[in-house]
Amino acid sequence: MIWQLELIILLLVIICAIAAITVRDLLSSALLLGAYSFLLCLIWAVMGAVDVAFTEATVGAGVSTVFCVAAVFHTTRRTKD
Amino acid sequence: MKILGKLTILLCGVLLLVFTMEFPDWGDPDSPASTHLSPYFIQHTMEDTAVPNIVTSVLADYRGYDTMFETTVILTAGLACFLLLRIERKKVPHRYYRHEPTGVTLRMEGDKFPRNSAVFQRMDANWVPYDFVISRTCRLIIPFIQIFALYVVAHGHHSPGGGFQGGVLMGASVILFAISHSLRAAIKSFSEKTAALLSVTGVFIYAGTGALCLIFGEVFLNYSALAPLFGNDRIMARSHGILMVEIGVAVAVTAVMIWIYYNLSSAGKQDEGL
Repeated sequence: MIWQLELIILLLVIICAIAAITVRDLLSSALLLGAYSFLLCLIWAVMGAVDVAFTEATVGAGVSTVFCVAAVFHTTRRTKD
Repeated sequence: MKILGKLTILLCGVLLLVFTMEFPDWGDPDSPASTHLSPYFIQHTMEDTAVPNIVTSVLADYRGYDTMFETTVILTAGLACFLLLRIERKKVPHRYYRHEPTGVTLRMEGDKFPRNSAVFQRMDANWVPYDFVISRTCRLIIPFIQIFALYVVAHGHHSPGGGFQGGVLMGASVILFAISHSLRAAIKSFSEKTAALLSVTGVFIYAGTGALCLIFGEVFLNYSALAPLFGNDRIMARSHGILMVEIGVAVAVTAVMIWIYYNLSSAGKQDEGL
């Protein structure tokens, strides 16, 4: 694969990872984590680990993002007590 | 304190980076993994198990124990979510209903709720009007996702995929149904009891396959023992054994994913979802 493209994906992974922990909104944090997983899946695919890429795409980018969003939906801006 | 924390993180990160340099290069033919393990798997997988996809045979056959306990870990995750979230909450139940002819939304308390009424439509507390286009589109897509999930499970021997991925896809199709329609509609077609039962059944299928090998007089999870059961030679029996195990994994993962979603999206009440 073209190494420039690989480098861009790798940089995006790092940006997503840092953004996911620095962003203050939990929902955007969950979505950034999904984007991070998806980009990581591309990297696995580039490195030839297609099975791992598939798992990352389904579990990491798919279901765990849904779980995070579902959990975030039950949080409130301010504590209730 | 904040500076100290940041310094610790930086130090750990730098140490990690420094020692990553000591790792063998990616795809290095002289690394221990490439000199001992990989050549064995690459050369012997086909004659040992008759499975073209080496990853599948390593996952389900050579490291069958590992995958069995991975499935158990997933079951444990589902159980943990269930035990943490699904607690009896003694609260006055209230529900929201919309009176269809007038369009008025009512908040009802007590235990006299209109059931299966044509006039009153049940609504969720954080109700988002389920969009007609979205629900119809998801209805159309879901069968295809499920067929693809079955394909991924059944074709794991030849292409990337297998029990875990197929199971997650299958679970995702039900989760998509729950999101696009409502949690109650999903629970009606795939109840919590079914989810709990199937998640245990999946692990049971896996461990049962291993125990069956014991009964036929071989080592636990040595599928060649199942040759008389499948009626073919010992090598093909391993291939079929892997398929059995993959089906077990897929069943368990499907059920656990749906179960976790039910509990997470409704905060354990399984009454109102997203």
